Amino acid sequence: MENRLATKFRSVGQYGIFLAFAIICLGLALSTPKFFTLSNLMIIGTQVSINALLAFGVTFVIITGGIDLSLGSMVAVTGVLAATFAHPDTYPVIVPVFAGLAGGLILGAFNGMVITKSKVPPFIVTLGTMTIGRGLALILSKGRPISNLSDAFNFIGGGNMFGIPFPIIILILAFAGCSVILNKTILGRYMYAVGGNEPAARASGIRVNHVKMWVYTICGLLSAMGGILLTSRITTGQPNAGAGFELDAIAAAIIGGTSTSGGTGTMTGTLIGALLIGVISNSLDLLNVTSYYQQVVMGAIIIGAVVLDSMGKEKSV
Amino acid sequence: MGDVILNIIGLSKSYAGIKALDDVRLTLKKGEVHALMGENGAGKSTFMKILVGLVKPDSGEIVLEGNRLEKSDVNAILKKGISMIHQEILIVPELTVAQNIFLGREKEITGSRTGWLNDQNIVARATSLLQEMGVDILADVKMKYLSVAQMQMVEIAKAISNDARVIIMDEPTSAISDKEVATLFRIIRELKNKGVAIIYISHKMDEIFEIADTITVLRDGKYIATKNASELDNASLIAMMVGREIDKMFPEPVAEKGKAVLSVKNLSKKGKFSDISFEVRAGEILGISGLMGAGRTEIAQAIYGLALADSGTVEINGQEVFIKSARDAVNAGIGYVSEDRKGLGFIPELSVKHNVTLASLPEHRRGIFISDESEDKAVNKIIADLKIKTSGVGQKVTHLSGGNQQKVVIAKVLLSSPKVIILDEPTRGVDVGAKFEIYKLIHNLTAQGIAVIMISSELPEILGMSDRIMVLSKGRQTAMLTRKEATQELVMKYSVQ
Repeated sequence: MENRLATKFRSVGQYGIFLAFAIICLGLALSTPKFFTLSNLMIIGTQVSINALLAFGVTFVIITGGIDLSLGSMVAVTGVLAATFAHPDTYPVIVPVFAGLAGGLILGAFNGMVITKSKVPPFIVTLGTMTIGRGLALILSKGRPISNLSDAFNFIGGGNMFGIPFPIIILILAFAGCSVILNKTILGRYMYAVGGNEPAARASGIRVNHVKMWVYTICGLLSAMGGILLTSRITTGQPNAGAGFELDAIAAAIIGGTSTSGGTGTMTGTLIGALLIGVISNSLDLLNVTSYYQQVVMGAIIIGAVVLDSMGKEKSV
Repeated sequence: MGDVILNIIGLSKSYAGIKALDDVRLTLKKGEVHALMGENGAGKSTFMKILVGLVKPDSGEIVLEGNRLEKSDVNAILKKGISMIHQEILIVPELTVAQNIFLGREKEITGSRTGWLNDQNIVARATSLLQEMGVDILADVKMKYLSVAQMQMVEIAKAISNDARVIIMDEPTSAISDKEVATLFRIIRELKNKGVAIIYISHKMDEIFEIADTITVLRDGKYIATKNASELDNASLIAMMVGREIDKMFPEPVAEKGKAVLSVKNLSKKGKFSDISFEVRAGEILGISGLMGAGRTEIAQAIYGLALADSGTVEINGQEVFIKSARDAVNAGIGYVSEDRKGLGFIPELSVKHNVTLASLPEHRRGIFISDESEDKAVNKIIADLKIKTSGVGQKVTHLSGGNQQKVVIAKVLLSSPKVIILDEPTRGVDVGAKFEIYKLIHNLTAQGIAVIMISSELPEILGMSDRIMVLSKGRQTAMLTRKEATQELVMKYSVQ
């Protein structure tokens, strides 16, 4: 009897974010004709892509009950790494891409290893990695931006394929891949189990540490994709790039309904969360709102999303 | 027993059109212990929530000492003298006992107007309160260092300090030892003598008959009857609760006994248990009995790899197995249903389907994917076999009743195809009807040739179900009794040896 009511409220909570997103888009389309043009939508998609990649990664992590604060620094390290090998007439474009991905993989696996071996909370471990990563980026680049990158490399962030900006294509592929991992594989199911009740997951015979290793490694890889994309887009490897990106990514996941206490969350929700952030900053640009106000609005939206979410949950108890 | 202190008439409450409570009444007298009985889902918890102001009723009235309580919130009701001791104790672990007792009332207790705290004052008051109750708890230690039973005493002290005239106790003995139950009952009797009325909720029949004066039974949200405890016995009370007679609580064991499946030899863990040796045969139920702290759960968890033993061997079908983790145990063919259902049993936010297949997912793998078809087939079969009541396989386990949650955990373990299954307090917190179903289920397991180890604190259950009974006392194995020779007295004798 109480169950039916509970389900009702939860489903409102689940679809609330879609509803909010649709309403905001509709409102924007009506208030500014520039919003719903193809070129503007492409711009939004491109702008959202990096944050969305990171947000997908951190969604995995948050579902297992962890957190990753080192995303932004990993963006910088992997970007610098890629740029190092991306000068014209040196290596084929696959080399800088793999260099960046390898960097993300190593840093992510490092996070996973320290967290599972030491039992130090992920917040603290990744806080450390965040600083280490920033330092590594500065060391690798000797503190200076790395420019003069090949055209092939710059295509990744700036090119078009079938008339669609390449970052959007990467975004779609990453979304599909992450959704499949989360919903269709054993690893994905175990992520929910570990975040939902770690001791029970362990007692069910799940290798909790393996799951965590995977999750932080995947998060590192997605950060590397973000780092490569960013470097290519701004055609420079910037050691100071990506500062604060982790917070936007976490915000997207949370707006999308991922609970910071673990065990719940969806990739679709996170995608909508990232799009919502992108759409709002885009429209505030179109409406000539200064960036100072944009930050206030964005913060209010994060809090609002979580308040709505928790209201739905409370009613269901 | 004296005058009527609380009178509840015509209480009704619906959720989304479905009646959780329908015209329920209850009359409580001063100095009375009034047991409220009913299966899970009978409406007890809704009733209690209304009484303490957590839920607003649709209709009905609550009259406390001649005054109608209207639109009261939790605080107002507390001030009027109704307190509740919750099943899951609500305390602040980092605060001291005294601070917990007077939490939220610091100003009125110390008479301070400025908001400055006077810890000395409240410690003194808490100390005298606890002394009056005759419990040995220091008022200035942090709450987190107390045992569950001690925390409960603190909650009762808090109720007394609130000048409670009605105290509601929700399953107060579900997590405390027999000795601690005795202390609790002594305090309840003292409260009675002071004229405090107690509404007592429990599933444990023997307790009800020991402590309750009056029993009210609810079923499916409806009031069934109120009787003097002396007019009832076990059978008639169960019949009132389930609406039918359960003539035989324990089905007769039927399974053929095969070869030894699990053999444990000289298992020891320092400070927990020592030199434990036993074997369980296919189709056999081995009961493990003992008081709190006898080492029952520790032995089970050592065999299952959750807390490793220091020495000793474990064999499955005559082959020694080395179990270092739960995963090793599952692979060796050992299943474990924990006494701590919420902590170790299920993932509350996951669906029934996803919980049930959690220990056997690799069997449903096709390439890197989980095959929905194969998973659904296994889930639907086991749900039908175990008669798990859900609104659908997608329902979250946290929303199921205790009995159905337990079945989900058992289903999960069964799907990993164990040769031996350890059931640790399989019917704890489960209502009478569901208990009977779990007993039948256990017999079905043995009929399939699974060896069963059943740990239980309930003697009738142990005696009724087991083929053999191993009795433990303080980590030592004190007896191995056959079904024929075992009696309550004998098991108790070895338990305290």
